[in-house]
Amino acid sequence: MKRGLLPRPLLSATVLLLWLVISSPVSAGLLVLGSLLAVAVPLLTQAFWPDPPRLVRPARALHFVGVVAADIFTANWRVARQVIGPLCRLSPALVEVPLDLRDPFVVTLLASVVSLTPGTVAIDVDRRRWILLVHALDAPDPQVLARAIKQRYELPLREIFAC
Amino acid sequence: MSTATESAVAVLIVLGALVVLLGSIGLARLPNFLDRLHGPTKATTLGVGALLLASAIFFSNRDGGVSLHELAILLFLFLSAPVSAHLLAKAALHRQHAVNRRDHEALTASDSSLPGDIDEAS
Repeated sequence: MKRGLLPRPLLSATVLLLWLVISSPVSAGLLVLGSLLAVAVPLLTQAFWPDPPRLVRPARALHFVGVVAADIFTANWRVARQVIGPLCRLSPALVEVPLDLRDPFVVTLLASVVSLTPGTVAIDVDRRRWILLVHALDAPDPQVLARAIKQRYELPLREIFAC
Repeated sequence: MSTATESAVAVLIVLGALVVLLGSIGLARLPNFLDRLHGPTKATTLGVGALLLASAIFFSNRDGGVSLHELAILLFLFLSAPVSAHLLAKAALHRQHAVNRRDHEALTASDSSLPGDIDEAS
């Protein structure tokens, strides 16, 4: 699996599909160019994918995407009200979230999800102590937020990738 | 285009524009850098998402077939927005750290020059 023309079939498929979506009216020439890209991109970026995790529970992954989408809506609403309302009521805080995850790729996913949901931005991952540093716009109790992130995002991610 | 799709597109455009406006208000009103970072990250997720959905419905309806460009845009946006937010926040922290250290050094430097000042006064 490590060697050969298609070391990462899933990545190749994604590249090809994205290429076809972007260059929407599909022609034979574009298909050939897309196929070349689908072979070249995984080969060229292989050095950046040190140890890819396996997706063991795809159904759970879809459910997780749904949860994140719903959270984006509710959190947007909450942050919108906070931004218009009196700012002195906000208590911004830097929160340290202790991680049980150890896989760099999955930690990156977790950090991205935290950043995409409004009200929290992932700032740094300390890979010596395995702590995710998060900045929250309004966190009166940092411990509650840390627990919420672990429960809502980290636990499902660990289940999805079995790590 | 039927009235239903037209109104759906209109609602989505207004909603998206409203969310982007709110994000900008947040950017303008919030007091410090790290707080301000929350405004734009908000606008890219829901606001641009709604605008892209409106665009997808509109062009699918006008040209026939399904317009998928918007899906790709949304995907790239969701991939790149957290990275840029992360880089900005990290840069802010490093800057703050540098300023704190400089202030600290300035403070200790002025402390060591204090006895000299006292000597001159006496």
